[in-house]
Amino acid sequence: MTTQADTPAETHSQIAVEVSGLKVNALQDGSGPNIVVLHHSTGPGWIPFYDLLAEDHTVTAIDMPGYGQSERPVWARHPRDIAIMLHSAIHKMGIDTDANLVGMGFGGWVAAELACMHLHGLDSLTLIGAAGVQPEEGEIADVIFYEFEEYVKLGFSSDEAYAEIFGDEAAPELKELWDFSREMTARLTWKPWMFNRQLPHLLTELETPTLLLWGENDRVVPQGVAAVYDASLPNSRIQVLEGLGHLVELEDAQATADAVIAHISS
Amino acid sequence: MFIGYFTERPYQDFESGWVGATGREIEDLGMTNGDYDPRIGAELYNRYLDEKVYAEEMGFDGLMLNEHHSTPFCMGGVMNVEAAILARITKRAKIVLLGNVLPIWEDPLWLAEELAEIDMISRGRLVTGWVRGTGRESVAHNSQAPFNWERFQEAHDFVVKAWSTPGPFRWEGEHYQYRYVNPWARPYQEPHPQIWIPGVMSRNTVKWCAEHRYPYVMLATEIEPTKQSFNYYDEVAQENGYEASTEHHGYLFKVHVDETEELAEEAGRKYISGPANPFLEGNQGTVRSNLQNLPGLTSRTQLLPTVSTFAAAARGRQQEQQAALAEKEAEQDKVDADAFGTYEEQVNKYSIITGTPDTVIPKIRHVLEELRPGNIFFWDGDGAMNHEDAMRSLKLFGEEVIPAVREMGKELDLKGAFEVDTQTGAPMSGD
Repeated sequence: MTTQADTPAETHSQIAVEVSGLKVNALQDGSGPNIVVLHHSTGPGWIPFYDLLAEDHTVTAIDMPGYGQSERPVWARHPRDIAIMLHSAIHKMGIDTDANLVGMGFGGWVAAELACMHLHGLDSLTLIGAAGVQPEEGEIADVIFYEFEEYVKLGFSSDEAYAEIFGDEAAPELKELWDFSREMTARLTWKPWMFNRQLPHLLTELETPTLLLWGENDRVVPQGVAAVYDASLPNSRIQVLEGLGHLVELEDAQATADAVIAHISS
Repeated sequence: MFIGYFTERPYQDFESGWVGATGREIEDLGMTNGDYDPRIGAELYNRYLDEKVYAEEMGFDGLMLNEHHSTPFCMGGVMNVEAAILARITKRAKIVLLGNVLPIWEDPLWLAEELAEIDMISRGRLVTGWVRGTGRESVAHNSQAPFNWERFQEAHDFVVKAWSTPGPFRWEGEHYQYRYVNPWARPYQEPHPQIWIPGVMSRNTVKWCAEHRYPYVMLATEIEPTKQSFNYYDEVAQENGYEASTEHHGYLFKVHVDETEELAEEAGRKYISGPANPFLEGNQGTVRSNLQNLPGLTSRTQLLPTVSTFAAAARGRQQEQQAALAEKEAEQDKVDADAFGTYEEQVNKYSIITGTPDTVIPKIRHVLEELRPGNIFFWDGDGAMNHEDAMRSLKLFGEEVIPAVREMGKELDLKGAFEVDTQTGAPMSGD
């Protein structure tokens, strides 16, 4: 997620590799053990949360293929296609050792698929409000039924929290990013919407320590999704951030970073 | 000149309050079918079929049906069933389907079989037509929007092959796969029924249509953008080595004819007082643009001039949406019937033509002179019009309007797609 405050004077660098003949772009900053971050369905961008993670780690925020500055794989039909591409991308970027993988929302689903490929050197996995499995009750919010700005608002615990980040109305270039991003997402998930029935079975083999980090008031991905992940994963725990919505990293970057770092450090 | 008749077959429930622009709020895909009354549905399906039969008696060349889903403004969710009945109970008129929503068919072989059966039962009177559908259709049948255009093209190629290439054959496409294509039903017409493409806003579709030499039928669009679209069709035709003519151009427009000017106005106003219909200017209801503008459904660079008019904008245009948002409209998608397309405005710009034969005929002539379509459809009996309104109009169409329009067609040299072969330019027998 790009915010309106992210444009001036960053220190992070841009890196790119080629996977399946397509450019995969990433932004990188910090030093130390690797943290690889996968963004939400609404699109990529460097955010303050990453700066906090980068204080003691090398943070690589990848534009998933088809999003942001990464070229669209027109043939991709499933988040797993993206995960396989990223499997190559992080190897080519040299960030697949001592790696800690963090996925948010839709990027959490891709991260879970990627983790199931038993990445050599994956030290930890953090899924933040991740899609990817079907909750026993309720459903993952469907962007189709919302104006995309309303959909992003839904990611916050309240409209006021949204306004704090984006103002009363998001900038046109942000809306454009959201619009283009949702098109890519719709190419990757449609039926079923935002989950993979095979994933819970595959997750049972994933020994990587996994933190399931959820906002207490997540209106996009119900906490029942965390419960299904937790039931499937052999080495996981759930942590709920009080008072926050789906976009915990925007609403409270510090609390979110603290939780992630604590998990990585443990 | 090919003259067809069209009604969108609205679900008219006068008890529910869903009839009338100022009645109960109608939000696109925002109502429950728990309020649907199958007894009303039964009466209406039969009424609309009866009117089609009478339209044939009154001399119409074609009976046009269309298809929408999960909405009260069009009862033709399964248009092919209506077409199959018309195939049996009518004798002469073409049955013109404008059109099946190709991309939402998971199994287009089934569609090929259905249409072939209709063509046989009617002994070769089917005109088939295909559309991409609005977002409503993709949502209603959960078809992946970003692949809508690809699926349209592939399903088209597949159905045409299934009709015209002896099987069995295998089809391993991007979106459709079959290991055994050999439908035991082939169309009556050789090599297959004519294919006409209706539309309003997609430049892609016009280009594709002209490349295939299919008639393109503009649906109740305003005169100037319609001209521009026909011009674009003609340009593409030239690029493809042929001269497009009247037989390639079709136009649907709202015409109601009545016994007196008073009755005509009373009925004409009913166009905009039926169940809200995003395609009926002045009574679009609340269009939810997020549903119409599904992600990836429409390429933003592929819009025809038609979208500058409100009726098209209501079908979903990114820029229009953003303008609406920028204006901070509290009800950003609410279409205000008072602000757009009032009855008087529509009468003035030929969007609604209503009157006695004496007043209607010169107005039709104006439209024909401006647009020069060889295939036209009169859109009548819609909105809140009842059976009696529709029947009075049909009678006068038959007695006075159609004969006059046929003369105009001859005088203006407007040949239809059953007079000149759109594929070859050769004269046809006109049957």
